[in-house]
Amino acid sequence: MVYLDHAATTVVFPEVIEIMTKHLSEVGNPSSLHTSGRAARKTVEIAREKISTALNCLPGEVVFTSGGTEANNLAIKGLYWLRNAQDPRRKKIVISSIEHHAVLDPAQWMEQMENAEVVFGPVDELGGIDLEALRNIIENDADEIALISIMFANNEVGTVQPIEEIVALAKKSSIPVHTDAVQAVGAIEIDFKKLGVDALTLSGHKIGGPMGIGALILRREFKPVPVLHGGGQEREVRSGTIPTHLIAALGEAVKISTGRIAEHREHLIQLRDRMISGIESIIPDAVLNGDRTNRLPGNVHFTFIGCEGDALLMLLDAAQVECSTGSACTAGIPQPSHVLMNMGISEEVAVGALRFSLGRTSSLGDIELLERILPETVERARRAGKTRQRL
Amino acid sequence: MKILAALSGGVDSAVAAARVVAAGHEVTGVHLALSANPQSFRSGARGCCSLEDSRDARRASDVLGIPFYVWDMAEEFKAGVVDDFLAEYSEGRTPNPCLRCNEKIKFSALLDRAIALGFDAVATGHYAQLVNGSNGVELHRAVDPLKDQSYVLGVLEQWQLERALFPIGDTTKPEIRKEAENLDLLVAKKPDSHDICFIPDGDTAGFLQSRLGPQPGKIVDAVSGDVVGAHQGAHTFTIGQRRGLALGTPADDGTARYVTSIDVKTKTVFVGPPRLLEVNEVNGIKPTVTTTGFESGQKLGVQWRAHGTEVPSEIVSVTDNDLTFRTDEFLRGVAPGQQAVFYDGDRVAGSVMIDSARRLGER
Repeated sequence: MVYLDHAATTVVFPEVIEIMTKHLSEVGNPSSLHTSGRAARKTVEIAREKISTALNCLPGEVVFTSGGTEANNLAIKGLYWLRNAQDPRRKKIVISSIEHHAVLDPAQWMEQMENAEVVFGPVDELGGIDLEALRNIIENDADEIALISIMFANNEVGTVQPIEEIVALAKKSSIPVHTDAVQAVGAIEIDFKKLGVDALTLSGHKIGGPMGIGALILRREFKPVPVLHGGGQEREVRSGTIPTHLIAALGEAVKISTGRIAEHREHLIQLRDRMISGIESIIPDAVLNGDRTNRLPGNVHFTFIGCEGDALLMLLDAAQVECSTGSACTAGIPQPSHVLMNMGISEEVAVGALRFSLGRTSSLGDIELLERILPETVERARRAGKTRQRL
Repeated sequence: MKILAALSGGVDSAVAAARVVAAGHEVTGVHLALSANPQSFRSGARGCCSLEDSRDARRASDVLGIPFYVWDMAEEFKAGVVDDFLAEYSEGRTPNPCLRCNEKIKFSALLDRAIALGFDAVATGHYAQLVNGSNGVELHRAVDPLKDQSYVLGVLEQWQLERALFPIGDTTKPEIRKEAENLDLLVAKKPDSHDICFIPDGDTAGFLQSRLGPQPGKIVDAVSGDVVGAHQGAHTFTIGQRRGLALGTPADDGTARYVTSIDVKTKTVFVGPPRLLEVNEVNGIKPTVTTTGFESGQKLGVQWRAHGTEVPSEIVSVTDNDLTFRTDEFLRGVAPGQQAVFYDGDRVAGSVMIDSARRLGER
């Protein structure tokens, strides 16, 4: 099996499995005051320190959540409510037009339920944020903006955003900035302090940790309105029993993935560029989406004209190659990706999109196998695509 | 062979897939997403477009150990089935959307895509049988007369039957349920689906009214020519219908009146005594040949409703474009748009879409 879907979820580090199972076998609630509770709390705080060291933030700035989606919800909703309570004119949530649904949907929910207004920062045809347009949005409506949330790197086409420049624009008007860095942690160097964002989302299972754990790195001066109410275990902004084993695993995964980032990047970039040029030479009319160089080291995203992504996916799956159409699914129904559409790609072209994402276990052999089967796969999917046009 | 098993999420298609797996074929399960906005849960015993059905189909594939995908055919379904349904009703005809779905979706859009992607055939959970005969693949009635679906497959032609598999047509429904239970298929006890899947509440008149809008007109007594009532849209009526007419004036002889014909151009619904519904000569258009063709003078059984009975008939004339047949007994409630499917014993000979019908006089 050739696994080329590491952006969906990736292989867990053996060290992570070890530390996780070790703590899973220990009793103790980190919020309990007795010896076992203190031992569990120690594990949690060590993990918090590993993350603060790896990302250059304060330990107290790490708020553990159930994953990326919850962290994004806490950032968007919590910071909106906080800022709107301070000044009711602040009703705007500025996001890019290519955010993941875990940012897009909470923002739109706030619009429907809480009278907020979502303002989309446009992107260019490579998926890069239009900084001039963003500057205009910020300068024109500075007093009305509750927060800005722009993803660090796009999950579909891999384009990396100029977060520091975005922060510089926002800081002039003292508007908080959140970034969904789920795809970036472990793939791009991140220094929370230097970056200057106020909140940053990370997820365990994208970096070699387990599913079901993530964190919002949140500047200590912010006290967002909670999304989950209860015991207030995490800084009184996130409630729920603290999962010791998952947090220990996340701490280890962040430590390892950021610690090995240089060699990891080199490995991925080499494979990525080999794969891009390989696909371009065997399928000459395949279109690379996103920026050729300013992209996630493990991201390869192509449109195969005349094909449907789900037909390609099925044929590749049958040939033991696993990848993704990269777009959101409703009941497993592929929809044309809003990311591609907002990059100006037409719906007919967008349906032929396929994302290959590389990871720690990827090798040249994986790419060579893909190259062997791709021509016939694409040809077959094109024949299937033609059956649609008979309508 | 490489088989695509179409999985609705129900018990029949799950057992059909199980049987092709057991026969040693390389099987892939596919659930068709036919609505762009699937409802989350099925309402009652209706509907094939829910997320729950998609999940049931997925779990059946898991149990059978076959790959599973959802294919989006919502556009094809809308164009080929739902829009056709609306267009037919607005023309005063009475379509059968299941039959249209088999013709345009399952054994056309789905089959074409499957073949293009390298599959050899499509297997479905229809109750019908395929028999290899001297004239090719023959479509036969299922052994379970209560579940027989050969009627809604009666529009298929040779090229489609050659690439179709109906693995459960030789078994009765209770036995299929038992088999599903033995295979640990979770859908073994799932209720049967009925009626029209894209009208989950079963209110066809309401659906038509909401899509086609109110088009008020007169209800006229076909015998006296008197206006006897008003209606909100001729398309909400079907030939032979008695209920819901809300006639103000009773018939002269005091008997019940039925819808006898519909004129969409003048938006007039004609009502009359049951005698006017009795026809014995029917004209059809677009004959399809399932196995052997038709010839005039040929004696065949004819069924013109999905759950109707078969009656003896004789082909009076046939061309490439139309066909006329007569029946010994009077048929009641024959409506334009219905499909007349012809049987030679258990074998489907072919079918024709009913265009008009008349009474030849007492015979």
